[in-house]
Amino acid sequence: MRFDKKSIAVAATLVVSLGLSACGGGGDGGDDGAAFTFLPKNLGNPYFDTSEVGAQSAADELGVTVTQVGPDAASPEAQVPFINTAAQQGVDALIVSANDPTAICGALEEASGAGTKIVTFDSDTDPECRDLYVSQADAAGIAKVQIEMIADQIGGAGQIAILSASANATNQNAWIELMRTELESNYPDIELVDTVYGDDDDQKSFDQTAALLQSYPELKGIVSPTTVGIAAAARYLSTSEFKGQVSLTGLGTPNQMREYVADGTVAEFALWNPDDLGYLAVQAAAALVNGDIEGEEGDTFTTERLGEYTVGADGVVLLGEPFRFNAENIDDFDF
Amino acid sequence: MTTLHFRVHARPAWRRWLLTRETAVIAALAAVLLYANAAVSNFDSPLTLYYLFLDVTPLLLIALPLTMVIVTGEIDLSVASVVGLSSVLVGVLYAHAGMPMWAAALTAVAVGAVCGSLNGYLVAYVGLPSLAVTIGTLALYRGIAIGLLGTEAVTDFPDSWTDFAKMRIVEGGSLPMVLIPFAVLAAAAVWLLHWSPFGRGVYDIGLNREAAHFSGVNVERTKLLLFVLTGAVSALAGVYFTLRYGSARGDNAYGLELQVIAAVLLGGVSIFGGRGALHGPIAGVLLIGAVASAMRLEGQTVNAINIVIGVLLVASVVATPVLNRVAAERAARKQK
Repeated sequence: MRFDKKSIAVAATLVVSLGLSACGGGGDGGDDGAAFTFLPKNLGNPYFDTSEVGAQSAADELGVTVTQVGPDAASPEAQVPFINTAAQQGVDALIVSANDPTAICGALEEASGAGTKIVTFDSDTDPECRDLYVSQADAAGIAKVQIEMIADQIGGAGQIAILSASANATNQNAWIELMRTELESNYPDIELVDTVYGDDDDQKSFDQTAALLQSYPELKGIVSPTTVGIAAAARYLSTSEFKGQVSLTGLGTPNQMREYVADGTVAEFALWNPDDLGYLAVQAAAALVNGDIEGEEGDTFTTERLGEYTVGADGVVLLGEPFRFNAENIDDFDF
Repeated sequence: MTTLHFRVHARPAWRRWLLTRETAVIAALAAVLLYANAAVSNFDSPLTLYYLFLDVTPLLLIALPLTMVIVTGEIDLSVASVVGLSSVLVGVLYAHAGMPMWAAALTAVAVGAVCGSLNGYLVAYVGLPSLAVTIGTLALYRGIAIGLLGTEAVTDFPDSWTDFAKMRIVEGGSLPMVLIPFAVLAAAAVWLLHWSPFGRGVYDIGLNREAAHFSGVNVERTKLLLFVLTGAVSALAGVYFTLRYGSARGDNAYGLELQVIAAVLLGGVSIFGGRGALHGPIAGVLLIGAVASAMRLEGQTVNAINIVIGVLLVASVVATPVLNRVAAERAARKQK
């Protein structure tokens, strides 16, 4: 008798599980048009939710099916089963933001061997593991936009300082070097008086901002090329006597910076637009699948929304200039 | 007493075997495989089982000794941290210290055994609760792993080793080579738990510690040995993990302990000790893996997969006491 009851219980759990797995399972039907898998670092991340919106709008334009899947934690081993699944399904293209440049390579190679085109976006793998990398920004563009913004905001002359991440942060140091060159060659009236490091720690960045403003009473602007730094500096400025006197710009995210743009502490800051990034990644994948491009340097393809793109060295497609967020457009973004 | 004794043995052996939780899980596994083969597109490809086995091998490995620990009524939550530590050690010893790969792997397994012996000593000889001890060492071993390598990853491993982790037994087949070492370890574990006097002692401890002690079982030594085994096998899983992904990172296998424990409990092992058999957890691991694999092929997100596995686990744990009570009531009614 116990066995009967038990089998009922087991059957019930099975029905639940299979029922759940069956509902909404039509996603990979893909009868018309190509099927793409869109695999961000993790799900439930506003940044990637925004990029998925762009991916779907490209899918609508192209008449392809884009299915978003992904792990709940941004770890490479959690991403691998989803890459394997794409290989099993034989999807036409896999668009992935890599949680590790090498750990997912084996799985990508197997998918590629099964005929799937591999496009990385946002975070690249080793170049031999994918066909194309859709990059959000290059160092020169990031450096240039920040200097342009601060020059605009302080009227092209005066003292500025940089609030960076850590002293050995590779990205930030490369940008700062390019910013110096840009200042020297094009902005002779702007003087970079100091570079301080908040170590991408909110409290330390906050304190460093306070110290900067004390040490340099003539300071007219701060550039913070890190999202943690700019948010902490904005928080300090917004309640200080320097609000509106000292300009602040750099790289930030709309959700962190919204209140400081609203209260006038920050006029404009930059980052890239993840919506455009997702859109371009799907467009690039479609161009590969259709055979319009091979992924070689110099290949070109055209997108409806963003215009023409050329594949650069190492199969990199650059999204373009960083995107500037200000009071007029910030409410269009949620990431 | 006599009636109860009579009732149990009134059933033929094959029926008693059919009545177990383990059989129910195996039946569920078979049902999922049959259903998915028929209804989920691409599930019938040889790649499915290949990836399934590659994904669950660390869980399968750790489930073997962990089942024995749980049968004694203890728990080890530090297994995933030992996987992470072992992964980092293999990377650091091979790439930074220049050790040959086999020496790095052996050292990692030895350190895993040391991690396990710390757990075992504190639980068995100091007498601390294993839940508290291994929550502590979960943090401790993970902390050391991340401290050693920071946010870096070591990715430079010899191809012959990383290829072995992905090799198939038969070219183009669906069974990966790692199943062979697993099968050897599984056979050894079955012998140890089910056919050796040591294994009898493991059950005795879980059923009644005092009674086990007075019937001559060395309770402390048995527990220590099981924790050492769990540490060593978790470290071995860490070596495999590192090779499979070609990447040694401090956060490797983060959260894996809950997956293993879930599979072991799903496989019919009682969290209170004294009950369970190794084929249950093995089927439990495969059941969870097969459900996840089928659902991914259906385009389901990780959240839906987690919900189904959660429901499966809760249902199976709830089913036992409910069914036992129903059976007891029936028996009581019959006796009137």
